[in-house]
Amino acid sequence: MSKLTRDDVLKLAALSRLKLTEDEIDRFSVELPKILDYVEILQDVDTASLEPTYQLTGLKNVMRADEVKAYQAKPEDLLKLSPSTEKNQYKVRRVL
Amino acid sequence: MTDWPSLSDIASQVQSGKLSATQLVNKSLESIEKKKDFDAIISVYKDRAQAHANEIDERVRAGEKIGPLAGVPFIAKDNFLTFGGKTTAASKYLKDFEAPYQATAIERLEEAGAICVAKANLDAWAHGSSTENSDFFTTKNPHDKTRVPGGSSGGSTAAVVLGMAPFAIGSDTGGSIRQPAGFSGCVGYKPTYGLVSRSGVVAMASSTDVIGPLTRSVEGAALVLDVMSGKDELDSTTIEKDKLGYRLEVTGDGLKGKKVGVVREYMDEGLQPGVKKSIEQAIEQLQKAGAVVEEISLPSVMLALAVYYIICPAEVSSNLARYDGQRYGHSAKEAKDLMGSYLLSREQGFGSEAKRRIMIGSHVLSSGYFDAYYQKAQTVKTKIINEFAEAFKEYDFLVGPTSPTVAFKIGERANDPLQMYLADIMTVAANVSGNPSISIPAAEADGLPVGLQIIGDLRADRALLQFAKSAEEVIG
Repeated sequence: MSKLTRDDVLKLAALSRLKLTEDEIDRFSVELPKILDYVEILQDVDTASLEPTYQLTGLKNVMRADEVKAYQAKPEDLLKLSPSTEKNQYKVRRVL
Repeated sequence: MTDWPSLSDIASQVQSGKLSATQLVNKSLESIEKKKDFDAIISVYKDRAQAHANEIDERVRAGEKIGPLAGVPFIAKDNFLTFGGKTTAASKYLKDFEAPYQATAIERLEEAGAICVAKANLDAWAHGSSTENSDFFTTKNPHDKTRVPGGSSGGSTAAVVLGMAPFAIGSDTGGSIRQPAGFSGCVGYKPTYGLVSRSGVVAMASSTDVIGPLTRSVEGAALVLDVMSGKDELDSTTIEKDKLGYRLEVTGDGLKGKKVGVVREYMDEGLQPGVKKSIEQAIEQLQKAGAVVEEISLPSVMLALAVYYIICPAEVSSNLARYDGQRYGHSAKEAKDLMGSYLLSREQGFGSEAKRRIMIGSHVLSSGYFDAYYQKAQTVKTKIINEFAEAFKEYDFLVGPTSPTVAFKIGERANDPLQMYLADIMTVAANVSGNPSISIPAAEADGLPVGLQIIGDLRADRALLQFAKSAEEVIG
């Protein structure tokens, strides 16, 4: 895709949970297609006989015992970083 | 790189009481203050560092054995969570954030006696190749203040070259330890993927993020790796350390008979003439010292940048989703509802490059595009991995320049994201494949540093470091 319409950029912004300024929408409509154009070179690569590699270590099923351990941060330490909590929970604004 | 003894010398002198950790920390703090016009540092952890130093000195006086990095000051890239001050990832979003726990890498370094004195500047969220994407300020190259130090670990690198501390730690997702090491003139090591725990390091692209040291010598890098590496139950992608560890032996003939492949595609790729000359000279010096050097063609390495700029933004979009204004960091007070809170907190907290990467990531992962982009990239990745594996059947190490150019001028690429991405063209293949890779200083070109990149086989970190140590002695 060598062109991103204003609508495409707005759609991506919504998916990305970003409220862009007009200036950003204009700039990204120019910058993003250039980047996407560059990565198009992969389309010409023959990968018919290959499988995707999702991770590099080859590790599988790394397990641990299902027990609660005390680590460095306690729940209170984590909660106090939030702008809004109540009864040991994060309190958010209305959804609807 | 000014007058610090080697890491092991520092540690043994602290252990014997010849040097005090307090003296060393103060030396570091003075240097940081004196060279603040290079803008390498975001926060100085003066109180905590001095308290730690005091504690170590007391333990030494009480006859206690400290550890292999006893009293050694270090600087951490500001994407490592640390106690004692802020952890910002150089982002507006986290500018006031204080971490509730520490990175495993930091814990291990501190257990070994090392002392974190400051947090270094980076491209915000580690997104960048010049440190110009920091939401706060740009770090200057120690050799030329009009030029970038490289990125994203530009602050950590400049700090080491300027002598603020005898070592620093950074992260390398597409080249962010090696490229600044090349631009600023020090050793930068990227271990095999999985060797060092990423727990407590702000996540960028989880399938390629690697933690590593920036030092003045290969031996120092090996010692820091030895301390940080090994399985961590907090990071399920960690692998076992080498049974022999990574502390290097003093050897005489580390280069003789070693088979070295010069990657033709890296030598052909629009190198600045000065860089080409420096690398060719380094290769000659390796040959003179007994290495068997041949040219090798690895056509798929030139695909690695495209693979990376699909996979990396995709994973970034996922890893940055947690910054939603609800649990930590910036939160837009004026938001009226939850969606508004997400939209505004993120819009206000993220800089342009973060937004670009999140949006590209959202695009390549979206239905209708997932197969053509993300899936395709992961499959081309297999091609690159296979090509490296084949190469390492015949060669012990692969070499080439760390970057095609010397450090560019501040502002030169800042307005062209794609040009900026191309700065990583040589480092990125080793991230995509997971191979260990190091940049060591070669001869300067027009007064500016040039890095020689040496790539090793997967999990052959010990052999790579041993080879690089011998190489360091003959090149430059």
